[in-house]
Amino acid sequence: MESMTLEVVNDIYLDVLKEIGNIGAGNATTAIANMMGIKIEMNVPSIKLLEVSKLGTAIGPEDDTIVGIFLEVRHDIDGSMMFLLDIPSARYLVNKLLMTETPEDQPFGEMELSALKEVGNIIAGSYLSALSSMTNLVIVPSVPYISVDMAGAILSVPAIEFGLQGDNALLIQTEICAQVAINGYFILMPEQDSYKKILSSLGISI
Amino acid sequence: MSGVVKVGMADLNICKAPDTITTLGLGSCIGLALYDPVAKVGGLVHYMLPDSTKVRNNGNAAKFGDTGIRELYNRMLAEGANKNRMIAKIAGGAKMFEVSGLSEVGNIGARNTETAKQMLKELGIRLVAEDTGANYGRTVELHCDTGEFYIKSVGKPMKIM
Repeated sequence: MESMTLEVVNDIYLDVLKEIGNIGAGNATTAIANMMGIKIEMNVPSIKLLEVSKLGTAIGPEDDTIVGIFLEVRHDIDGSMMFLLDIPSARYLVNKLLMTETPEDQPFGEMELSALKEVGNIIAGSYLSALSSMTNLVIVPSVPYISVDMAGAILSVPAIEFGLQGDNALLIQTEICAQVAINGYFILMPEQDSYKKILSSLGISI
Repeated sequence: MSGVVKVGMADLNICKAPDTITTLGLGSCIGLALYDPVAKVGGLVHYMLPDSTKVRNNGNAAKFGDTGIRELYNRMLAEGANKNRMIAKIAGGAKMFEVSGLSEVGNIGARNTETAKQMLKELGIRLVAEDTGANYGRTVELHCDTGEFYIKSVGKPMKIM
């Protein structure tokens, strides 16, 4: 456990993160359903371990515009977390939340960006609270930050975070189904020491 | 017919006229282009981090500014570029999220930009064009016939430098 990095991560760890993702997704679904008054479902997330340099294209072409919501986490676990949505999904959620019917090709206004931040906040918060209750670690997220830009540019942020530690990155994919399928991804980026903490809190040794 | 050479993240390559070399979606990373206007040889590196000596896992030279720029420079020389004619153009180094404080995420773009300038100074290469910082992504293209450097961003007019 001296140098715990994603280079030596094993299947048990991936399964644990997937299970946390499941519980988190469940929490998030309930929260969003309450907020928007619609029934939604979120499927079992899939977890991908991939090379840092491939992260920019992991969810589509690098120059596709996507929405990224970024939060820093502190306290027992240090690191950051990102939630990504494609534009049709983001537009759908915003229209539902604000009860508007703005077409997909319109840029997001101030009000809409802050609604999206809130969605990201709820989803990330739900995931983190699942992680927190399973590990008994206190995890405090920052306020959410948002960017609507090229996928490559947004994903350079987690790529750099992972790149500081090694050559691999971890991507958790989530599909939310409402009347339309919503494609979301989240990326959890604990700092090196925090990996150890998460694993040892769960009683896993590598 | 001219072709397009694509450079990924943590990657570098060389290109000759009439071809174009491009890298998509630069965020906090830097896209640094070297160009010899006489030999019409160009090269592009898309690096993620400033300093390879600060990271244990540093096998890929193109991932870091210090090793990536040097590697690109050597490749340029090997392809017939002349070091006295070589010029540089850079883009990227953005701060994609307005995070507060002095976290790594907040200032890595600026540090990447700083590394580019230091390395160019060390190698004696003139920096002739720069579009760095701010909070948006950039796609760049170096046209090896003219040396023009195109910068495209979401919702902004294209810049030619």
